[in-house]
Amino acid sequence: MHRILEKRQLSASVFRMEVEAPLIARARAAGQFVIVMADVDAGERIPLTIADADPGKGSITLVFQAVGASTMKLAKLEAGDAIASVTGPLGRPTSIRGANGEPAGHVVCVGGGIGVAPLHPIVQALKRAGNRVTLVMGARTQDLFVMTDEMRALADELVLVTDDGSSGRKGLVTDPLKELCAAGGVDEVIAIGPPIMMKFCALATKPFGVKTTVSLNTIMIDGTGMCGGCRVTVGGQTKFVCVDGPEFDGHAVDWDQMMQRLSTFKVQEALARDHACRIGLHGESQATR
Amino acid sequence: MTAKERMAIEPQKMPEQDPAVRAHNMREVALGYTPEQAQREATRCLNCPTKPCMQGCPVSVNIPGFLAQATAGDFKGALATIRESSLLPAVCGRVCPQEKQCQNFCTLGKLFKDPEKAVAIGRIERFCADFSAQAGQVGGDEAFNPSSTRPHAKRVAVVGSGPASITCAADCARAGFKVTMFEAFHKPGGVLVYGIPEFRLPKAIVQREIDGLKALGVDVVTDFVVGRTLTLSDMLDDGYDAIFVGTGAGLPKFMGIEGENLVGVFSANEYLTRANLMKAYDEDHVDTPFWHGRRVAVLGGGNVAMDASRMALRLGAEKVYLVYRRSEAEMPARREEMHHAREEGVEFLMLQNAKRVLGDEQGRVKGLECLTYELGEPDASGRRSPVAVPGSEFTLDVDTVVVAVGNGANPLVAATTPGLDVDAKGHVLVDPVTRMTSIPGVFAGGDIVLGAATVILAMGEGRAAAKGMADWLNRNAGEGETK
Repeated sequence: MHRILEKRQLSASVFRMEVEAPLIARARAAGQFVIVMADVDAGERIPLTIADADPGKGSITLVFQAVGASTMKLAKLEAGDAIASVTGPLGRPTSIRGANGEPAGHVVCVGGGIGVAPLHPIVQALKRAGNRVTLVMGARTQDLFVMTDEMRALADELVLVTDDGSSGRKGLVTDPLKELCAAGGVDEVIAIGPPIMMKFCALATKPFGVKTTVSLNTIMIDGTGMCGGCRVTVGGQTKFVCVDGPEFDGHAVDWDQMMQRLSTFKVQEALARDHACRIGLHGESQATR
Repeated sequence: MTAKERMAIEPQKMPEQDPAVRAHNMREVALGYTPEQAQREATRCLNCPTKPCMQGCPVSVNIPGFLAQATAGDFKGALATIRESSLLPAVCGRVCPQEKQCQNFCTLGKLFKDPEKAVAIGRIERFCADFSAQAGQVGGDEAFNPSSTRPHAKRVAVVGSGPASITCAADCARAGFKVTMFEAFHKPGGVLVYGIPEFRLPKAIVQREIDGLKALGVDVVTDFVVGRTLTLSDMLDDGYDAIFVGTGAGLPKFMGIEGENLVGVFSANEYLTRANLMKAYDEDHVDTPFWHGRRVAVLGGGNVAMDASRMALRLGAEKVYLVYRRSEAEMPARREEMHHAREEGVEFLMLQNAKRVLGDEQGRVKGLECLTYELGEPDASGRRSPVAVPGSEFTLDVDTVVVAVGNGANPLVAATTPGLDVDAKGHVLVDPVTRMTSIPGVFAGGDIVLGAATVILAMGEGRAAAKGMADWLNRNAGEGETK
């Protein structure tokens, strides 16, 4: 059992939880994730990225959006409660420029919605390795930004973009991304967010030939390579997100197939969510990802 | 009773749920013997002086011995005899391929020239285990007293919680070591809980065996992925004196055909894990989403293919095809499983194989293009190799494809353990006697060593490794801290 040390609501449907998990706090590296179950008898196994970790305290920080029946159950838990199952860290750590043999340089990170949370440890690691980091954060509207203060403190430059212009630039994250690439001197782009955003970031950087890394959050069960539910086509080859990823070359991912596979259980998930809402697991308005 | 009289006893049929009914429920198919039936079936044993049945058992259970006790109605004694060699009689009685093992060597089957008429050793084994469980005996042996564990006992880590690991953990605990068992999933049992369906092996039985382990003093830790949560060398540094790796063959093989990543194509591992461990069948109570295929094609001819096709029926499929590229004679599945699948309505398409999966504009499966095959010359496995008939393409109208063509070795442990030697296929290499790997103090067994095999073989390996570990630990006993 993993006790929740602290819980904060970051926006209408986004929650931040600091959770006891001493082994994971010690072992995790930037880019890795955990699988969480709010209920081991009836719940789903939910892959969530690790936003932060404190090995001294033995805790990890999770940021998640209550969008489905299982994440709504998770959001119901409060500080002092325990999460029944937390497994990890899973996946391969991010290959950090400046620490992986490639020289440090200028890295542009793009975070859409709660995609900013997994970027947090990546930007930390990039800075430690001596990179200059420009961070582009995008959201539909001002209220949906998360972790803005932490990220502002970390990144060299921060560019905010909203669909409705309520904060920062009005437009899409690909607008500043293209300008940055066109200006030159960008060594790598790391984009994490909704699949459609990552797809268009990859399309935006492709003409400039800038290496673009994305982090995929596909359907999976075990997270150890056993079920194969998370398979994606990358460069014409089948890869498992849980063990070969979660990070891949965004220019090589078959995005349309990946998004189709994400929709596998769309109908059942909608039914389960409606059921969860009816029984009062989630009262407020529904935010979609 | 004379041999002639014993031979005259009719083989006892095991009661089963009606196929039309059971194809739509998750309850166990085979209902088990009554005490009278078990006793009567055991009485058929001729007690051959050469004990041929024992040669067929990978763990050499004293079969004539326990059958004699069952004949006398001493089922508890019979169970104790089985447990001398096999830790999981309730499981093995259900899932062992007895027709290829003990019962294949039974003199009665040979005399009648019909292996089906051999003594039903597995069914009697199952009965003895269930009978004692009903009488309130836990899975572990009563005689064992965990407090007899030596103070300052050496610590053993068992990684994985399937049949090899359960056996190894029990033997190590009995040998007086302090054992901790680690499982990656949220529930222990490995393939016994995620793979083998409830209707063939009720999960309560697996839980009983795990409870038995706990009664032996074994600690069970779930949600632990070796190589990720801790590496093997972390574990040795953390004070484990020896480690057994029994992580199984958890890497699904795919066909490598066009359309295999379409929505509606699943590995049997995913399909069965959703249905078993994640209990997708219990829609009113669990959140696990499940793909309710109306028309399902299952590719493969092993027990897992049988499990997947029968599960598809239970989850509401109207039509289930089993597509296998060789003929029925070459099928690796148990005859009993094939028979059960047919009875329940699975249609067997033999000498046919998938060529590509067809999808609609949303990327969802809308059909399976197949080719007809014929049998050619025997291949390396000794089976006649299937050869595609050119131009024989035809399309099956299906919305779901389940790929059940086997599992390879999961690479996670090897990839995170420098110095651990594996073969070209990724199977961990071990000393044939001690089962120690290339890393001193690290042992391995089960499917991660053998490749996908059976429960009983994995158990045998777990037992051999436990002995190797005990010898190694005792030899290193005086040396203080061992690594």
